[in-house]
Amino acid sequence: MSTTRSITDFETKDVVIQGALAALAISFIAAIGMLGEFNNRILITSLLSLGYLAIGWIPILFGYRASAEETIEGIDPPIKGPRDLLVGGTVGAIAGIVVSAFAWLAASVDLTGVFIHTGPGMRSALTFGQGIGFGSLLMIVFCTALGVFGAALHVMTPTVRSVIGVALGTTIVIAIFEADAKELFKGFRIRGVASILYSPTGGLTIVSAAAVTALVVAIKVYGKGHGPRVVYERVKLHHTSQTPEMQRRNSWIWGAAGFAVYLVIPQILGKSLSETAVTVGLFLVLGLGLNIVVGQAGMLDLGYVAFFAVGAYGIAMLTSPFRPAQWIPQLDFWVALPIVIIVAAFVGILIGTPVIRMRGDYLAIVTLGFGEIIQKLFLSDWWKPVVGGAQGITNVPSVSIGPVEFAGANSKMVFYLVAILVAGVFVLSHRLQYSRVGRSWAALREDEQVAEAMGINTVTAKLLAFAIGAVIAALAGALFAAKVGSVFPSSFKLLVSLVILVVIIVGGLGSLRGIAVGAIVLIGVLGGPTLPGLLREFGRFKLLIYGVILIYMMLKRPEGLLPSVLRSRELHHSELTQDAWLDKAGDFEEDEEVTA
Amino acid sequence: MPVLEIRGLTKAFGGIQALAGIDLHVNKGEIVSVIGPNGAGKTSFFNVITGMFEPDAGEIRFEGESIVGLTPSTITHRGVARTFQNVRLFPNLTVLENVMVGRHSRTSQGVFGALFRTKAFLQEEQEIEDHARDVLSFFGSRLRGYREDQPAFALSYANRRRLEIARAMATEPRLLLLDEPTAGMNPKETIELTGLIGSLRDERGYTVVMIEHDMRVVGQVSDRVVVLDHGIKIAEGDYDTVASDENVIEAYLGRPVNNGART
Repeated sequence: MSTTRSITDFETKDVVIQGALAALAISFIAAIGMLGEFNNRILITSLLSLGYLAIGWIPILFGYRASAEETIEGIDPPIKGPRDLLVGGTVGAIAGIVVSAFAWLAASVDLTGVFIHTGPGMRSALTFGQGIGFGSLLMIVFCTALGVFGAALHVMTPTVRSVIGVALGTTIVIAIFEADAKELFKGFRIRGVASILYSPTGGLTIVSAAAVTALVVAIKVYGKGHGPRVVYERVKLHHTSQTPEMQRRNSWIWGAAGFAVYLVIPQILGKSLSETAVTVGLFLVLGLGLNIVVGQAGMLDLGYVAFFAVGAYGIAMLTSPFRPAQWIPQLDFWVALPIVIIVAAFVGILIGTPVIRMRGDYLAIVTLGFGEIIQKLFLSDWWKPVVGGAQGITNVPSVSIGPVEFAGANSKMVFYLVAILVAGVFVLSHRLQYSRVGRSWAALREDEQVAEAMGINTVTAKLLAFAIGAVIAALAGALFAAKVGSVFPSSFKLLVSLVILVVIIVGGLGSLRGIAVGAIVLIGVLGGPTLPGLLREFGRFKLLIYGVILIYMMLKRPEGLLPSVLRSRELHHSELTQDAWLDKAGDFEEDEEVTA
Repeated sequence: MPVLEIRGLTKAFGGIQALAGIDLHVNKGEIVSVIGPNGAGKTSFFNVITGMFEPDAGEIRFEGESIVGLTPSTITHRGVARTFQNVRLFPNLTVLENVMVGRHSRTSQGVFGALFRTKAFLQEEQEIEDHARDVLSFFGSRLRGYREDQPAFALSYANRRRLEIARAMATEPRLLLLDEPTAGMNPKETIELTGLIGSLRDERGYTVVMIEHDMRVVGQVSDRVVVLDHGIKIAEGDYDTVASDENVIEAYLGRPVNNGART
């Protein structure tokens, strides 16, 4: 039986804690200067800036969470109602009060020694530029309203919630990615749309924001049953109902269509988006390569950037006219590449041989050390006559196939190369995963001793994983060197190894699609270790956000955004076992041994 | 010619003498049970034979050739397979994948075959899958059908033990070492598995060495019983001889050794 909860049915302590946590988050974002910096970026003219978006989602989230009830299996949840709105509002109000107190504190005590951004700028941002008295009131109203809105989202039926969520989300995404959207409109030759949508001073106009929201709501409401998934299912059904011969013909058509899209994409993306796509592609290749070592063979390698460096330096040393060691013959990229691949595999085996006897944490630490050693060697005076020390190697020529040159500065052309590499490595990873070699890695990861007892030579299997991982990283490195045109030791820091690892962990260790998503979200949107992503404003706070995402993922979704089957099995072992029992409750006849 | 010939096998862990000069020979097509009280050195005996530990002294000959000092994978390749006392499957791989891993040493396709999907690669993959299914069929329908695609951890205890045997069978051994194959099974399952151990020899032609605590199983299927205590072989012979051996009774500390056995 569902019950209606009385309006005062909540724990005061919980509500206060939720409100205080929300306030803490808002104050932190303001204190590190995110609010002030993001306030310069207008999302919707005279309504919303990126800064207020950065704090506004917090009361909504906490209001939503505080109003939601614990769901206990077997007991009907209480009916949602005004009590939930009250709780959400209270949480928001508490958050607003505490944030105002923080603004007042920053005004009366000088906190700039610790948080340099807590000066007058932050105070005026937190009080909406209205002075501490009236401003505090505004802040409390602001937070309360958002808290109530969060609670209201909870009270709504899921359908309404999803419509509102998607509509607001779309509008905000269109507003945030203003620069990129303009590029795309330019690419599609419909630049006019951009000038209608965005105001000349930046940001969506209120009218266009409302129009976009209304449009999305309309699509969500009237477009039901015609979503992409439904269309996909229909296409698939159609495909499977065809004769093999027709399927083969169709696969040719699909292939041709895919190739056409491939040719057109960079032209539509434009220069700067192509640049981002190239960076995402390189990190995706690195992610897929590291995934073979970490995800498939289960060896935590923290020095992966070393192989990336080997590839980049290899190409630079062999192809640059300004290579420090002139006694090395200058080669064409395509002649140098096989040499670099062989050298990388060799280095992989060389580094692998001493470290594969270790497991887990020990392996991680030793590979970390090797990664640093390689970077230091490239920086050292000892190797300077060959690799150029801190000056690195410049003037690395770009790749060309016959008369077509893939000049590094022309990111549209580089995109074509990187896309091929990504596709190749994808196929390689996928095919290896479902082969005898892939199974031996999986066995190795599960239980090394037993894998050995089942006839798998664990030393060879591990070295093979190391070597293949190294070759893939070297390919990415080679392309990187040819694209950038110069290599410096500073490009191959520990941070790069860590970022690659974060990409595959957030995306989903062992899952190829997951790694693609991870690379797009982290490298494409937030930006790589040095290069900016689509959210250029986030540049300074990138690593902070990386950390937050990583912590959140580890706590709430350790298997990653798009997990592999293997990994989610591993992490949800006990739940799955229970489910298997529940599923089998019906057919105990055949399963009498389960009861034993 | 004996399949397995062991002379003076010795292994110590620190001060503990796990194996103190064991001699044993196993003829082709025999089922030999190794019994003994806890800590007698039975599992160490298996670990040394399969190369997981190197013996301090002694000689192990499999089909006439010494296998001392070889890696476990090489020994498996030669034709010795084992199961583990504390079931050690690849828990997150499916039932079928577990058995397919067992085919590793009998197949050869590497990275290039996998990458280019060569004809030989595809043929071999098909062969691996067919063979795995064939091996699973040894246990009737218990591991077939929908179970093939279940992760190994979702199996019942008895099925895990069966899957371990299936995985060992997939390596095409000539000598199979079973470490307490019926531990944790209920009486009905034990009887069923006892029958299967018999057909491992009769149908598949394996030679079997088995560590077992359940004396009914030992009495039913063993051609010969070897009793270990403190790393020494204290008795050897057919079941009835061993069961009435004074040393054996003493080793089990006066507990009647035929407790629960057929009388």
